[in-house]
Amino acid sequence: MRRTLGLAALAAALICGVANAQQINVKIGVLTDMASLYADDTGEGSVAAARLAAADFMKDHPNVKVTVISADHQNKADIGVQTVNQWADVDHVDMIADVPNSGVALAIAPVVAQKNKVFVASGPASSDLTGPKCQPTTIHMTYDTWMLANGTGKAIVKNGGDTWFFMTSDYAFGHALERDTAAVVEANGGKVLGKVRHPINTSDFSSFLLQAQQSKAKIIGLANAGGDTINSIKQGAEFGIVAGGQKFAGLLVFAPDVQALGLKTAQGLMFTETFYWDLNDQTRAWTKRWDAERKAPGKLPSMNHAGVYAGTMHYLKAVAALGSAADGKAIVAKMKSMPTDDPVFGKGSIRADGRALHPAYLFEVKKPAESKGPGDLYNVRATIPADEAFRPLKDGGCPLVNG
Amino acid sequence: MFTIFGVPSGALFGQLLIGLINGSFYALLSLGLAVIFGMLNIINFAHGAQYMLGALTAYMLLQFAGLGYWPSLIIAPLVVGALGIVIERCFLQWLHNLDHLYGLLLTFGLALIIEGVSRHYFGTAGLPYTLPDSLQGGRNLGFMFLPNYRAWVIVASLTVCLVTWFLIERTRIGAYLRAATENPTLVRAFGINVPRMITLTYGFGVALAAFAGVMAAPIYNVSPNMGSELIIVVFAVVVIGGMGSILGAIVTGFALGIVEGLTKVFFPEASNTVIFVIMAIVLLVRPAGLFGRRA
Amino acid sequence: MERVIDPMAEQRSAWRQQSETIAFVIMAAALVVAPFVTYPLFVMQALCFALFACAFNLLIGYVGLLSFGHALYFGWASYVSAYAAKAWGLTPELAILAGTLTAAVCGAIAGSLAIRRQGIYFAMITLALAQMMYFVAVRAKFTGGEDGIQSVPRGHLFGLIELRDQWAMYVVVAAIFLGSFLFIYRIIHSPFGEVLKAIRENETRAISLGYKTDRYKLMAFVLSATLAGVAGSTKAIVVGIASLTDVNWPMSGEVVLMSLVGGLGTIFGPVVGSFVIVTMQYKFAFLGEWVLVIQGVIFVACVLLFRRGLVGELAHWLRIKL
Repeated sequence: MRRTLGLAALAAALICGVANAQQINVKIGVLTDMASLYADDTGEGSVAAARLAAADFMKDHPNVKVTVISADHQNKADIGVQTVNQWADVDHVDMIADVPNSGVALAIAPVVAQKNKVFVASGPASSDLTGPKCQPTTIHMTYDTWMLANGTGKAIVKNGGDTWFFMTSDYAFGHALERDTAAVVEANGGKVLGKVRHPINTSDFSSFLLQAQQSKAKIIGLANAGGDTINSIKQGAEFGIVAGGQKFAGLLVFAPDVQALGLKTAQGLMFTETFYWDLNDQTRAWTKRWDAERKAPGKLPSMNHAGVYAGTMHYLKAVAALGSAADGKAIVAKMKSMPTDDPVFGKGSIRADGRALHPAYLFEVKKPAESKGPGDLYNVRATIPADEAFRPLKDGGCPLVNG
Repeated sequence: MFTIFGVPSGALFGQLLIGLINGSFYALLSLGLAVIFGMLNIINFAHGAQYMLGALTAYMLLQFAGLGYWPSLIIAPLVVGALGIVIERCFLQWLHNLDHLYGLLLTFGLALIIEGVSRHYFGTAGLPYTLPDSLQGGRNLGFMFLPNYRAWVIVASLTVCLVTWFLIERTRIGAYLRAATENPTLVRAFGINVPRMITLTYGFGVALAAFAGVMAAPIYNVSPNMGSELIIVVFAVVVIGGMGSILGAIVTGFALGIVEGLTKVFFPEASNTVIFVIMAIVLLVRPAGLFGRRA
Repeated sequence: MERVIDPMAEQRSAWRQQSETIAFVIMAAALVVAPFVTYPLFVMQALCFALFACAFNLLIGYVGLLSFGHALYFGWASYVSAYAAKAWGLTPELAILAGTLTAAVCGAIAGSLAIRRQGIYFAMITLALAQMMYFVAVRAKFTGGEDGIQSVPRGHLFGLIELRDQWAMYVVVAAIFLGSFLFIYRIIHSPFGEVLKAIRENETRAISLGYKTDRYKLMAFVLSATLAGVAGSTKAIVVGIASLTDVNWPMSGEVVLMSLVGGLGTIFGPVVGSFVIVTMQYKFAFLGEWVLVIQGVIFVACVLLFRRGLVGELAHWLRIKL
C-alpha cells in the first residue's frame, strides 16, 4: 500500500517536474537614492537595471515570477531601516538591491540578516561590508574602497606618479579611501607629501588646490566623491593644475561625473571602475537594452547600475536552482557556490565573505580630440584581473571566514 | 620668505587672496538676500534655488540657444528676475502683514519645488559649463597662480555691490523704497505705487541671486542641489552683517571669505562651521548684527 | 499663530469645554488600534517624531520662540542613548534616561545663550549652535561619523521585558508618548503655562507685571529640549540606529514643517502633522524624487491657505480648543 502510494507520488512529482516546475514568486526591492548627489549614479538607473534583469530572467524561466519595487532612502539610515523592516514583514520582499551610501547599507545589513532575506549591495563603498561587518546574507558587488585604492594607487605609482598629495573628504569614507591609497602608494615605493581634509559638500576648493600646488606632488589624490570631486577637478582646471604638470587621481569617479565635467576639463583624469558601456560588444549591447528600459536619453549607465543587474541575475539563478526564495542564508550560500557570468562584468565569482570578484579597469578620460561622440569618454589603460582587484580574503577580518 | 604659524608667508598671502575672492562671491549672494529682507521684510529662503536657476539658465542658453557666458550674464538675471516677480505677485504679496516665519516657510517650500523639478529634468550629478574663452588662463603672481576668471569675479562683484548700495542708499528711488518700507501708507499717499515698487525690488533681489549663479557656473558644479549647500552660509552672512543693512552684507561677505580662507589653512575641517561660530558670537555681542539698525 | 479670543467662553456647551479631553481619548484609542491596522514599527517611529514635534511646538506655539536648531537635542540624545545601550550595555530605560539628560544639559546651555535675543536672531543663534554641534558629531569618534551607530540592541526593559518583541516595544513607546504628552498638557494648563502665553502675547507687559521673563523662557526652553531628548532617545532604541541625519539642519526644518502642517499653538497639531509627514515619507516613497516637491507644495499650501494647520483649522471650524 505504502509502496504504491510512494510510487504514485513519485510519478506525480516526475510528471509535474517535467511538465512545469513549481511556480516561484520572488520580490526584489531596490532601495536607492533618488534625489541627492548620487542619484545619477544609482537611483532610477538601478531600478531600470533590476527590471531588466528580471525581464531577461523571466524570459528563460517562465516558472519564475519576479516583481521589482523601489524606494528612495533619501540618504537617511532611519528610512532605510524602516523600509527594509516593512518590506520584509509586510510586503514579502525577498531581496534588497543597491543601497548607495555606506551608512545606510551598514545599518540595514544586520536587519536583513535577522529577517533571513538577501542583501545584494551594489551602491555602497565601505569595504567593511565584507570585512568586520560581514553577514551571511550580504553580497557586495561592483566595488569597494580597497579596490578603488589599490586599483588606482598601484597603477598610477607604477606609471611614474610616485609623489602624492591628498584632498580628502572629512568623514569616514574619505579617511578610509585616503588611508588605503596612502598605504598602497608607500608599499609600491611612492611618497605621500601631504594632505588636507575638507568638509563634505564644499563648493570652493581653491584654497586646498593652492596647498596641493605648493606641495609640488606629481599626483593629487582626490579622496572624495560626487560634487566634491567634480568641483575639485573643475577648479583644478581653472588654477592650471594639469597645465602645471600635476595630475589628478580620482579615487571614486562614475561615468555621470565625467559627463558633468565635460572632456575639456576632465581629460587625463585616471581612476578605476569595473564597468564602462563601451568596453566590449557585450557591454554595448547591454547598454542599449538598459537605455530602452531607463527611457532617459543621454544618460550613461554607471558601474553601480551594472552591479545591480549582475547581482540580481545571479540571485535569481540561485533562487531558481533552490526552488524558492524563502531562505536567505541558503540562497547566498548557493550564490557563493556558483560562478558568475553576465554581459556586464563577464566571468567572476563570489567569495566566502560575500565579496563579488570580477575584473577592474584603470581608465583615463579621453582628450576632446580623441572622442568620437557624446558618451565616448574613456581609454582603457590597464586591466586588473579579478583575483588581484579586491582585498585578499584573509585580510578582511570577516568572522564568517575561518582562520 | 618668512613663516607665520608654520605656514610660509607666500602661501598665506595666496590663501588671503583666495579668501578675498570667495568673499566677493559671498557678498554678491548675500546682497540680494539683504536687499529683499531690508526692503521687504521677507526672509527669502528660495534665494539658493534662484541662484541655482541663474546657473541653470546659463547652461540652457548655451545648450539650446548657443549663447555663451557674456550674453547669459544679462539674460539669465532678467529671466529669473521675471520669475521672481511672478512669485511675488502670486505668493508673497499675501504675507506682508504676517510674521517673518510665514515668508520663510513659504519660500522654503518654493525652494523645494524649484529644486525638485530641476532635479527631475537635469539629474543631480551636474551639467558641464566651462570658462569663457576670453577669461581662460591666468597670471603667476609669484606666490600663487591667479586665474583670470577669479580676478574678474572680484571686479564684477565689487562693481555690482557698490552700484546696488549706491542705488539704494543714495538715489531718490532708493529713498522712496526705504521710506515705503518704513511707512507704506504715507508713501502711497504721496502717489507712489508701493506694491509695484515692492514687486520690482523682489525681482531685483532675485536677479542678483541669478547673476551670482551665472558667475558661479564656470567654476562650481552646475547642479540642482548647488543652492541648498550655500543658502545656510549666505543666511549667516546676512544675519552677521545685520539683516536690514546692505553695507553690512557686503562687508561681512568679504570678511567671511577671508576668515574662512584662513581657517582652511589652519583648521580646514572646520571651514564650513567657522561661520556659525562667528554668527553666534556676533549675535550675542551685538544683537542686531554688525551694521544692523533694528534691535 | 493667531489665537481666537472667545468672549462667549462660559456659554459654550459642556462638550466643547471638554474638547481637549475628548480628543485625547480619541488619540489614545487610535494608538491602541493602530498596530493592528498598520505596521507597528511605522507607528512607533511616527510617535517618536510626534513627540519631537510636540516638544518643538511647546516653544513656538506657547512661548512664541522659533528654534531652528532643535535637531541638536533630538540627535544628541539619540547618539547618547544608542551608545549607552550598545557600548555600555545599559537597559533601555536607563539608555533613554541618559539621552534625555544629555538633551536637558544641552538645552540649558544653548537656552541660556539663545534667549538673550528675540525673533529671527534667537532662531539664528539656535541654528548656529546646532551646526556647531553637528560639526562635533561628524568628528567625534563615538558617534561613528557618517556611518552612525548601528545595531543598537533593544534590550530588556528593567532587565525583565524583552523589547525585541514588537508588541512589548509598542506598548513602551505608546506609554512614553502618552505620558510625555500629558506632561506637556500639564505644563500648558498650569500657572507656569499661563505666564508663558503672556510672554508670547506681550513680553514687555509681562515684565512690567513683575515676571522674570528670562527665567520662564529658559525653563520652557529646557523643558522643550528635554522632551525632544526623550523622543530622540526612544527613537534610537526603536529603530536601532543613530546617525548624522538626526543632528542635521534638515531635521530641524522637518519638525517646523510638522508643526506648521498640524497647527502651531495647538496641542494635537504636531501629532497630526508628524503623522502626515512621516506617512508621506514612507508611503509615498514609491514616488521617488517627487516626495520633496510634494513637501514643498504642502509648505506653500499651508502657509497660504491653511495657516492654522490641519488641527487648527478643524478647531476653528468647530469653535473648540485643540
